[in-house]
Amino acid sequence: MLVTTTKGDMDDSLLEKREGSVDNDNEYTTWTEYWLDSELVHRSVHVRLKKPVTLDSSVASF
Amino acid sequence: MCTSFMSELMLGQHQFGTSTLVSRTSLTSPTTDTLKAALYLTTATINAATTVYTVTGEVSGTNYTAGGITVTNATAPTSTNTSATAGVAFFTPSASLTFTTVTLSTAFDTVLLYNSTQSNKAISVHTFGSQTVTAGSFSLTMPANTTSAALIRLATT
Repeated sequence: MLVTTTKGDMDDSLLEKREGSVDNDNEYTTWTEYWLDSELVHRSVHVRLKKPVTLDSSVASF
Repeated sequence: MCTSFMSELMLGQHQFGTSTLVSRTSLTSPTTDTLKAALYLTTATINAATTVYTVTGEVSGTNYTAGGITVTNATAPTSTNTSATAGVAFFTPSASLTFTTVTLSTAFDTVLLYNSTQSNKAISVHTFGSQTVTAGSFSLTMPANTTSAALIRLATT
């Protein structure tokens, strides 16, 4: 599979792949990195937001 | 507050005071405003006090255009109420926000949604863990467009 990198498209067999994730109340985030020797040449991030922004109001009483 | 009023606010159907707006072409069948999403550095001051899109603190890098990307908003705001006192109006962009093949080397953690049709007025600010992107994509997947999970909610309790 070809991977877009800082050095152009490269076959992933030439690269070291590293993946990670964060899962908390606010977000579920995953990232994928490709390294060439000790150089980061690709990093993609996908974030799924969990928390809406909410404006709460109440029913008025007199 | 009446539930229907909340979604009508999102649709711009009330005008309590004089306001200067960019024309929506027709008063009886107005066009939908264009919403955009811009990314901000961890050092930027973008929060609930933000009133308008600003380039100050915005990310920059390969294939990122200042102002960000257009948000797909094919689904109109919805309102519903489950009782006489509890209602909610909600809106979620109808597609993920995706910045394709960008390099953003300085850490960022914020996205600002704003109305580019109406003088770039700010809509909402969303934060996430600090990130960088290298020759890759950055995507923000939207939550489900439901009463409890939608990205933007106006609620009565």
